[in-house]
Amino acid sequence: MSYLELRDIFKVYGEGASEVHALQRIDLSVDAGSLVAVMGASGSGKSTLLTIAGSLEEPTSGEVYVGGRPLSSLSRNGKARLRRQSVGYVFQDYNLLAGLSAVENVSLPLELDGVGARKAQAAALESLEDFGLADRASHYPDMLSGGERQRVAIARAVVGNRQLLLADEPSGALDSANAETVMRLILAACHRGLAAVVVTHDAQLASWADRVVFLRDGRIVDQTLPLESPDAVLAELPNQ
Amino acid sequence: MSVRHALLALLSEGPKYGLQLRQEFEARTGDVWPLNVGQVYTTLQRLERDGLIESDDSAEEGPQKGFHITTEGVAELDAWLHTPPDFSSPPRDELVIKVLVALGLPGVDVHEVVQVHRRYLVELMQQWTRLKEDESRFDLNFALVVDAELFRLDSLIRWLDTADGRLKRAAVEGDAPAPQPFPLPKARRRVGLKQ
Repeated sequence: MSYLELRDIFKVYGEGASEVHALQRIDLSVDAGSLVAVMGASGSGKSTLLTIAGSLEEPTSGEVYVGGRPLSSLSRNGKARLRRQSVGYVFQDYNLLAGLSAVENVSLPLELDGVGARKAQAAALESLEDFGLADRASHYPDMLSGGERQRVAIARAVVGNRQLLLADEPSGALDSANAETVMRLILAACHRGLAAVVVTHDAQLASWADRVVFLRDGRIVDQTLPLESPDAVLAELPNQ
Repeated sequence: MSVRHALLALLSEGPKYGLQLRQEFEARTGDVWPLNVGQVYTTLQRLERDGLIESDDSAEEGPQKGFHITTEGVAELDAWLHTPPDFSSPPRDELVIKVLVALGLPGVDVHEVVQVHRRYLVELMQQWTRLKEDESRFDLNFALVVDAELFRLDSLIRWLDTADGRLKRAAVEGDAPAPQPFPLPKARRRVGLKQ
């Protein structure tokens, strides 16, 4: 079942001669447990699609459903609650708070949502453990490598019972080994039931996804076919 | 790929049988390049003819016949390892040709042509990437082969992305001036980096 669904989304910035159609006729659904990558060049509308999917921005027209609920039916507070409880965001530049330790960064969204400090910290430690960072819990961001910072950011994005992860070029600032680790962890979180959308211009990143959607000038122009068994690629290799 | 030099490399570790060479070749290449047994023996015969290996004269023909590398074989292997493949002139790449041909054809949307190829390449990359998921079969040799394939496919997608952007800009800016012939870069292929 789709956890995230975008139906006939349009987003227009400006008016008249300066009107820019950032998104046009976007239909996209993402099932729980699946990872969808959105590929496109700079300015193709990838980030706008992500901010609208996460209710950080309103579409000009169309409807976004998260967990079956239409976002247009929610008040401003209702959307804020949905974002706190169900949606996690990951950005290229990590957005960790420098004055908080890793575990404090991860537990913060739970505490903001009213979860008691002790319970929030226990959940945060569990999330850090899932991402192989149990021994870095008390470290501050400037004591962590880039790859570790991004793993903390992902742990924060999925802590608690969040069901949707939205990531904007999550490994853009990382080397290829750390980028691969980040994508492995996101995919593993999807295997645990999370729905995830990763926007990227990087094919190596996108190829971790179950489905890749191609965006061009604000429109979805194509998508990959369902994945064949990975062994198919080996079976097709010619004998030497 | 040079089966000839791969077999020389295996024999540089010590004398081996034909069947053993085949098995070790496949294991070293992550089982990604299966080798026909007939090709192994044909290659061994040619290596022997060229004086790069010698067979164990006392053994009969067949899977138990042993081979060892000669001094000339060691020198040949060393020269091959240290000589870069010839990348100095662009290959006659079918993908590039298709996009160039599409450019000049009336009624053909070149962006659509680019996208068809981009999608296919991403689908291939997804399959290679999925092979990485199963870490139990992912030994070092296999990892290197998969990485090489992913980077190769990725470079083609990057070219398609760049071409797509360039075509889009050209459409906005108007026709480009007629292309002038240009000299291709000439790089010297040096053998080895040894002091």
